[in-house]
Amino acid sequence: MNRYPFWKYAVLVVALVVGLLYTLPNLFGEAPAVQVSSAKATLKLDSSLSTRVSQLLAAASIKADFVQFEGNSVKARFADTDTQLKAKDAISKALNTEPTNPSYIVALNLVSRSPQWLTSLHALPMYLGLDLRGGVHFLMQVDMKAALTKKAEALTGDIRSLLRDKNLRHAGITRDGNNVEVRFRDRETLAAARNLLSDQLPDLLWTETPDGTDIKLSGSLKPEAAARVQSSAVNQNITTLHNRVNELGVAEPVIQKQGLDRVVVQLPGVQDTAKAKDIIGRTATLEVRLLDESTEAAAAVTSGVVPFGTERFDERGGLPIIVKRQVILTGENLIDAQPGFDSQTQEATVNLTLDAKGSRIFKDVTRENIGKRMAIILFEKGKGEVVTAPVIRSEIGGGRVQISGRMTTAEANDTSLLLRSGSLAAPMEIIEERTIGPSLGADNIAKGMNSVIYGFVAIAVFMCFYYMLFGVFSTLALAFNLLLLVAVLSMLQATLTLPGIAAIALALGMAIDANVLINERVREELRNGASAQTAIHTGYEKAFATILDSNITTLIAGVSLLAFGSGAVRGFAIVHVLGILTSMFSAVVFSRGLVNLWYGSQKKLKGVSIGQVWRPDALKGAATASDVASKS
Amino acid sequence: MEFFRIQRDIPFMRYAVILNVISALTFLAAVFFIATRGLHFSVEFTGGTLVEVAYPQAADLGKVRDTVDTMKLGDIQVQNFGSSRDVLIRLPARGDAKQADALSQRVFDALCQAQGGKVTRKEMISDKGEAISKPSCASASGAELVDLKRSEFVGPSVGSELARDGALALAVTVVGIMMYLAFRFEWKFSVAAIVANLHDVIIIVGFFAFFQWEFSLAVLAAVLAVLGYSVNESVVIFDRIRESFRRYRKMNTREVIDHAITSTMSRTVITHGSTLMMVVSMLIFGGPTLHYFAVALTIGILFGIYSSVFVAAAIAMWLGVKREDLVKGISKELDPDDPNGGAVV
Repeated sequence: MNRYPFWKYAVLVVALVVGLLYTLPNLFGEAPAVQVSSAKATLKLDSSLSTRVSQLLAAASIKADFVQFEGNSVKARFADTDTQLKAKDAISKALNTEPTNPSYIVALNLVSRSPQWLTSLHALPMYLGLDLRGGVHFLMQVDMKAALTKKAEALTGDIRSLLRDKNLRHAGITRDGNNVEVRFRDRETLAAARNLLSDQLPDLLWTETPDGTDIKLSGSLKPEAAARVQSSAVNQNITTLHNRVNELGVAEPVIQKQGLDRVVVQLPGVQDTAKAKDIIGRTATLEVRLLDESTEAAAAVTSGVVPFGTERFDERGGLPIIVKRQVILTGENLIDAQPGFDSQTQEATVNLTLDAKGSRIFKDVTRENIGKRMAIILFEKGKGEVVTAPVIRSEIGGGRVQISGRMTTAEANDTSLLLRSGSLAAPMEIIEERTIGPSLGADNIAKGMNSVIYGFVAIAVFMCFYYMLFGVFSTLALAFNLLLLVAVLSMLQATLTLPGIAAIALALGMAIDANVLINERVREELRNGASAQTAIHTGYEKAFATILDSNITTLIAGVSLLAFGSGAVRGFAIVHVLGILTSMFSAVVFSRGLVNLWYGSQKKLKGVSIGQVWRPDALKGAATASDVASKS
Repeated sequence: MEFFRIQRDIPFMRYAVILNVISALTFLAAVFFIATRGLHFSVEFTGGTLVEVAYPQAADLGKVRDTVDTMKLGDIQVQNFGSSRDVLIRLPARGDAKQADALSQRVFDALCQAQGGKVTRKEMISDKGEAISKPSCASASGAELVDLKRSEFVGPSVGSELARDGALALAVTVVGIMMYLAFRFEWKFSVAAIVANLHDVIIIVGFFAFFQWEFSLAVLAAVLAVLGYSVNESVVIFDRIRESFRRYRKMNTREVIDHAITSTMSRTVITHGSTLMMVVSMLIFGGPTLHYFAVALTIGILFGIYSSVFVAAAIAMWLGVKREDLVKGISKELDPDDPNGGAVV
């Protein structure tokens, strides 16, 4: 009656082994490490860097536990902090030949001390939240209205050039909020224009309204196009933030989209909000200027003494260039930069889109400077670098600029990425900011762990004392629950926070409910005179329906917390929900397995060790064999 | 060992009126305090700035308050947090203030100056080998005068959003649980369970209003967790009521409820006791951050026993729950193992 088929035991053993394997990495703690990642948007790392770092370390006769490439960085683990520091200096000196303009970020970091074979099984420790690690957290709101306005601005320019190209005369193009309005004098032009515009700009929805003697054609962004604009704005902002955060040299920054219009930035180990904000919140870093092509300037390239009103910048991967100080455009006027292809010359190109103001200025400047060169300068880390310096071939109107010549497709990709990353697609505002000191984080871990440990011990002592051997089974089931919960959290690579630890404690406190229900039921069956084996069987059977019901109501509360909670509540809710699920398994299936293993094979079981089973006077007569054991 | 040695069913329902009057009075008191005193919402809900600093010696709260007062930041609150050396400073949200003000930084600078030190940016490496950069306030001789433990800024828009999400989570939980119970048992039980457990929620919140404890997001999570947890209790008893209706066909509703409560008594007290052990351990060892979270859970669990046992069952009784509501097709669903079922023809 109380025997599990073999496969059930097998499932339990597998769960136990998997649970142990995935919980294990959390117990090893962390070791000092050095992390090498790319400092530039255009520098992609691959596994060859890992070999190079190994060679560097060998050359400096520094012994590393391992050097490996993972994700987009190379990590090297060391035995102690002294070696770590030596290694950092050695690597950084060798990789960054030009210390003022480093290509690699070489940062100190912590990695799990767990052995390689565990890591290769993807058994990784839980990721600690900032409240346990220390660091800064920003929540930024992207101004979506501004992103749409910027798009409408760009479309206005597009429409203007489209109509001009086809010689369609209009009576004015204006932007009204996020709508674009075009006025026409006569119906024929309007019809032609409407056809052209619907064809060329599928993102817009057109409506006609009479406007005095004119007819107004107003276009609004289709909802799906608007959504696309907004999500690409958020994504571009994230790319930009990545580039900026790289400057801080943080080992593991987290930059993530949250909801539709928010970005979370978490920088572990950084406590200096002022500097972090300064870098994150920086505005346009892109400038367009004209080259100084006078003879003095040509001489200055070699002499280094620049003429008045000019500056000297290095062209990317090339020679120094003398550029006028006067700024024609900044990154604020640049809406987009995409790599492209010129169908006539078969050349890779970079296509820029400027806003209305930018287009106007650009048109004037290009008209007056045909044949001259202009430079697009990107300011990274306060230091300018000429991304590209093309020759102006003709007057460029309409805000669409094509840069071509001497570029491979990869270079075009890089250049457009650099240009895009220079500016934010839409302004952002910090709506939440949090700093947690490292000592506070360590304190929080200790306090959270202590609550779990002491609470667990208190429950275990009580259970073993009150329910004897069944109490021991319940305690083992509770320990198994803890193991499974930690293992699942580690597998999911969930972020553990202080509310998460509190949820672990609470999950254990609530999980014991199921075992109490079962034990009380078994006692009750014994009290009513059932035989030992029957009592165990019916006790578990009857308790199960109740356990299911009560866990479902708890689960409902947990899931709605998960759905509507944010931040701290989410961390709590995830663990809470998972805790309920694992507790169902451990309290019912696992504890039953233990009981079956212990008692199931005994055919003539006289009694079970579940503590004293007291009988009210009314039932005294119905005493059975279980009395014998219940006294023990 | 057995704690509960009850000879016969305790007639709880005879005292239903008294028990419910007590409940109703506590409930009304809670509503009264929530209405008159209001809740002391944390920065997460109201928006604003929070700075926690630690002094090497016991902090002089008056001096801290005076220092921050001179910055004219509005209605500030200064209090100890956890120990006498830790100080928590709350600054209200100001409509015009943008995060660019770096309010927490300014407050820290001012506090540092008041101690006669100077804030510098310190790059250091923790013992574990992690690079840390932090603003540090040190005197000329290099001694650390005051330590910035944490700071928090929450924009006002975030606060109102959290309040809305919290209310929504509560509503969804209530509706979800009601639907489940109505489906699993009967609408009378679902109404009774929700009334009883919402009354717990109000009482917890009432405690927070009365003592003006800080009501944070974590407390809200605790309240919702308690709601789910103490509905458990009602479910266990309802389960028993249903079972007793099946087994003891001679008993009337009142006797069935008394029997159900009596026979689950031991389990009720022991589970809640166990959960309480965990929560109290959090209260003792969890430190100031988890303090109110644990407090809310403690109150919730204590009141949860009372209300889900006495209040929920009594309301179900008054709503007129009958054998027929729960035991559908009695004659067909006889339990063959049932010792009291009698002979089946």
